[in-house]
Amino acid sequence: MPFGNTHNNFKLNFKPEEEFPELSKHNNHMAKVLTKDMYAKLRDRQTPTGFTLDDVIQTGVDNPGHPFIMTVGCVAGDEESYEVFKELLDPIISDRHSGYKPTDKHKTDLNFENLKGGDDLDPNYVFSSRVRTGRSIKGYALPPHNSRGERRAVERLSVEALNSLDGEFKGKYYPLKSMTDAEQEQLIADHFLFDKPVSPLLTCAGMARDWPDARGIWHNDNKTFLVWVNEEDHLRVISMQKGGNMKEVFKRFCTGLQKIEAIFKKHGTSFMWNEHLGYVLTCPSNLGTGLRGGVHVKLEKLSQHPKFEEILKRLRLQKRGTGGVDTASVGGVFDISNADRLGSSEVDQVQCVVDGVKLMVEMEKKLEKGEAIDSMIPAQK
Amino acid sequence: MQKFDYYYEGNALQMDILVYSRVSTVSLLPTLELRATTKLLGIPTAKSLLSFGAGSLTAGIFLSREQHVNAGSQVRRLYPASAEYPDLRKHNNCMASHLTPAVYAKLCEKATPNGFTLDNAIQTGVDNPGHPFIKTVGMVAGDEESYEVFADLFDPVIRERHNGYHTRTMTHPTDLDSSKIRSGIFEERYVLSSRVRTGRSIRGLSLPPACTRAERREVERVVVDALAGLKGDLSGRYYGLGQMTDQEQQQLIDDHFLFDKPVSPLLTCAGMARDWPDARGIWHNNEKTFLVWVNEEDHTRVISMEKGGNMKRVFERFCRGLKEVERLIMEKGWEFMWNERMGYILTCPSNLGTGLRAGVHINLPRLSKILENLRLQKRGTGGVDTAAVGSTFDISNLDRLGQSEVQLVQTVIDGVNYLIECEKKLEKGQDIRVPPPLTYK
Repeated sequence: MPFGNTHNNFKLNFKPEEEFPELSKHNNHMAKVLTKDMYAKLRDRQTPTGFTLDDVIQTGVDNPGHPFIMTVGCVAGDEESYEVFKELLDPIISDRHSGYKPTDKHKTDLNFENLKGGDDLDPNYVFSSRVRTGRSIKGYALPPHNSRGERRAVERLSVEALNSLDGEFKGKYYPLKSMTDAEQEQLIADHFLFDKPVSPLLTCAGMARDWPDARGIWHNDNKTFLVWVNEEDHLRVISMQKGGNMKEVFKRFCTGLQKIEAIFKKHGTSFMWNEHLGYVLTCPSNLGTGLRGGVHVKLEKLSQHPKFEEILKRLRLQKRGTGGVDTASVGGVFDISNADRLGSSEVDQVQCVVDGVKLMVEMEKKLEKGEAIDSMIPAQK
Repeated sequence: MQKFDYYYEGNALQMDILVYSRVSTVSLLPTLELRATTKLLGIPTAKSLLSFGAGSLTAGIFLSREQHVNAGSQVRRLYPASAEYPDLRKHNNCMASHLTPAVYAKLCEKATPNGFTLDNAIQTGVDNPGHPFIKTVGMVAGDEESYEVFADLFDPVIRERHNGYHTRTMTHPTDLDSSKIRSGIFEERYVLSSRVRTGRSIRGLSLPPACTRAERREVERVVVDALAGLKGDLSGRYYGLGQMTDQEQQQLIDDHFLFDKPVSPLLTCAGMARDWPDARGIWHNNEKTFLVWVNEEDHTRVISMEKGGNMKRVFERFCRGLKEVERLIMEKGWEFMWNERMGYILTCPSNLGTGLRAGVHINLPRLSKILENLRLQKRGTGGVDTAAVGSTFDISNLDRLGQSEVQLVQTVIDGVNYLIECEKKLEKGQDIRVPPPLTYK
């Protein structure tokens, strides 16, 4: 819970070793990187909005480990967090993003025409396709740290921009606090709405404060393009549809995003972006493209194959349950998405998904017929 | 007992103004124990506000309302109060009932010397609009000073929660003389277990919503150190939560001894579960009749309990144990947070005063709604937030503030006796009378 800068100054009355968190049983990126010396060095710093080291790491202290994934264990409270706490976040970013160096540059490519294929995934196996990313509005603190006033300002700016979209993107905003329970449950069931936050990964970082104030969902009339406001990031932008036509999903994604960005620029605001970290978001795991492109795909046999994890790793893919992060798979249906975010472009990452899922569906078909798939196992991408 | 005074600069931009020292009441020799102070003195930015006299150090805590810390310059304020005021239209808790936009505007730029702000205090009430069984308080204190700095909100909340109690004008009686209790031994056919609990906070250290890891560890050190000095039927052992085996932990939960990992959003939204399980633990005597929880919802929760209906003995042990713990803490120069207007200071305003909850698990298959008139409260056998199992209820006092410990325990005893009489009448098919509402003299 963010306590602000006055409280941090009080904390400095105690020695670093007295304040250093107990991390011996922890298994997350933050716990692996944060030493006592680093804690002593960084603890008296704060960002211009007053975000401190303890604010950054609280979620990682409170959540020692996760059964399915190696969590990051820290969050940013604003754009400057990544600079002010560089000594901590750079190694974490490197660990999380396959050795990304502080001097590396990130490539942004939202030209959907550069994607090859993606329109022929077998709908008997691939039930839905989805691409999401996040965007942060420059000059505003992020969800772990923002005050009610700031959060409401983000909502205001976002809704203003979204309401001026037209064509296939014409839509409506539904603020969470005036939605009926029935509307809300329908949207959750349709995989459109974000859950009330129950994951301690989010709640311990302070992202659920004041819920549901200034949270909401905007979606177009077709329900194929959605924007979440003030969940884990200022904005989450999602393009999705049933079936396996990832190409179409990605096209709508890129077009919609670029339209939104243009409107923001016209109104004098912009997104947090720099050429080292790409798009700046709350969780270091989402830096770069912030893109998670994925499908719900039935891989009943393949998922039980001993090499399943290895195959995913080589294809640079990640699995989740059909409820999203923190859930298990149901009925052999998995959410398969790109594992990378930083160091490769949007097009690169969606290409991984398209190619990888295509291959895995072919493997699944082979296994259904009782055939071996060893010859199909790919090399590390 | 030395009186504590401290002074702080109202507009200091750096929060280097809180300096405590402990005075040993046992010895005035130059080799005074300065354990608690040495880590605070000598910090470059800290200004020492201690005054020296007669070979002993004195410093203290005297807080006057006129000397509020106005730390507005340090509290981050980009938006006016009206833009930050929470949306409480669907809320039903004491905080929401009393936090008007005007009160919010008045208090939102203030902070306690430790840096605890109004937004910190009310966060739990903003995040938790209502509770199905009880009207929750919806705010917490981060330290002793919270009750003063945010008095404009705490006072009406306390008034509502504690039956019209005025913290500015009334005084609260403390009475831990268990010999005054009359009766108090119930038939075991009805009363399955008896329990008295309270909380105590260590003066000078922030409360669970606000404490730093170092402070929380200090609380643990101070308390465990003192408890190690308990003797006779009170001698026992400490189990740190982080070092307990899963088996030990499950056994303690099943015996109703251990506190749960906090899952209630009432607690988690107030920041009380941070850094779990660091510096949390349970101490209990060998007989498992006297327990102390460390760093759960309060610095300490002190519990006396046993199976069966001997509430008199439970309360006797409660008083004796509490006084002994207090003595041991004071030997080392610490004391409990207490003042004569609000009694014992605890995290939740609902626990001010005695912080006492005395109760029984009682089997009353024919129970009716007589409880409110008897100033009693029922909970399920799992404690707050739970429902009763079958016909077994947890019956305890409704009040905390304005009545002393002896008075409250007597109220429970008299009320439980009445309930048992009612139950017996219903067993025989006779009528029972709803008692008139209890008024305190």
